[in-house]
Amino acid sequence: MNEPLRSAFAEPEPPRRSRRIAPATIMLGSLVTLLPVVSTVPWLPPLGLMLLVGWRLVRPDVLRVWAGAPLGLFDDLVSGQPLGSAMLLWGVSLIVLDMLDMRLVWRDFWQDWLLASGTIAFCLIGGRLIASPLGAHVDTALALQILLASALYPLVSRLCFALDTKGRP
Amino acid sequence: MAPPRKPRPGFSRRAQFGLFLGYVAAATGALIGAIVLVLSFLHPPAYIAARGILREATTPVSSGLHWVRRQVADIPPGVGGYFGVMGENRRLKAEREAEKKLLARARQLVIENIRLRRLLQLRDREGETVATARLVNATSASTRRFATLNAGLWQGVRAGYPVRGPEGLIGRVLEVSPNTARVLLAVDPESIIPVRRVRDGMPAIATGRGDGLIEVRVAGIANMPYRAGDVFVTSGAGGLYPPGIPVARVMRNARDTAEARPLANPDALDFAQVQRPYLLPPARPAPPESAAKK
Repeated sequence: MNEPLRSAFAEPEPPRRSRRIAPATIMLGSLVTLLPVVSTVPWLPPLGLMLLVGWRLVRPDVLRVWAGAPLGLFDDLVSGQPLGSAMLLWGVSLIVLDMLDMRLVWRDFWQDWLLASGTIAFCLIGGRLIASPLGAHVDTALALQILLASALYPLVSRLCFALDTKGRP
Repeated sequence: MAPPRKPRPGFSRRAQFGLFLGYVAAATGALIGAIVLVLSFLHPPAYIAARGILREATTPVSSGLHWVRRQVADIPPGVGGYFGVMGENRRLKAEREAEKKLLARARQLVIENIRLRRLLQLRDREGETVATARLVNATSASTRRFATLNAGLWQGVRAGYPVRGPEGLIGRVLEVSPNTARVLLAVDPESIIPVRRVRDGMPAIATGRGDGLIEVRVAGIANMPYRAGDVFVTSGAGGLYPPGIPVARVMRNARDTAEARPLANPDALDFAQVQRPYLLPPARPAPPESAAKK
């Protein structure tokens, strides 16, 4: 009765397939730390976070706004950060991205890239402040990690787009 | 391009309410995250079980990938060895002849050393190796430096045991689960190791810097000069690390604090040894009997 009006011009319902594979790919991204390399500097881009931001910006309706907390919990369990840090930071990021979505009227890819870089930088810097003492000499490595993650965002975004459109008729 | 908007709730009360509930759930999730975070600082071992279960499930994947990496890394030396083996054989035979004399002298010294030690009635505590296993993965995306060891409770590994490689100290065990363990590497910013200089026995403290190097600080008298090439070994103070395990080499001349390069490479495709702590921590005093009886 009070259903929103549906017409031929309305957005199609999101395919259930994307709803399923988005969290799965994000969790797989978090599991990239299983690579058999024992590194002494943080160099690996946070693929779980990048995929989260990628899915969120490519298909805003696929991820629920509260998805940050459970996915962050899983990331915390494998990433080595103290438990709860990604839960908090990813949760806050998704809420802030939603609020920005309401303000922004026009969007293009460059703007998406900027938003993604900002979110990744926020989460990584926040995670560093939470996890490591202030005197630790990790800031150069962290800056390089943020640059690398930002530079790789277009690829991640293409990947999310490809995964999303593959299931559509 | 117009933004791909989320479906607007329109005038539907139900849809509006659902959207509102979504935001409430998101804020609650972030809040729970904050509470969990505070708990993990107040009581660090709180989530050992959760991490352990996931580690048990995922470490076999890492071990398999590590095996693949070893096989691939073995190919170039294998090819080189196939062609270089004749020359090497000749060289080694000559070397053996040359070292026969040295070996005899070394044997003599060992016997003499044993005799002298017996005279002095010195008693040694050897670092007893509990398990030998491989480090298969690490937290490469985080600023903390943890590695996963492919051995756990069932192999005799316990929390707090030191881990060393053939070249030197790697770190110590933080958490154990039945088949895997989490190792705090010596280069982690929160790792602290009591060390002494090999040259003169000066005590110092080695802390990780987080960028793959180790910072050596004077423990006693301030203003002690470091020379490039000074090697630091564990001192055995505190009773956790057995004395004499090489830790780091100072990179350049400095005063008070010096940057040092760790001697052990945790990423080497080699085994890590888990050893028993040098001195076991003192047992807790038994609870008073009278209080229990009342």
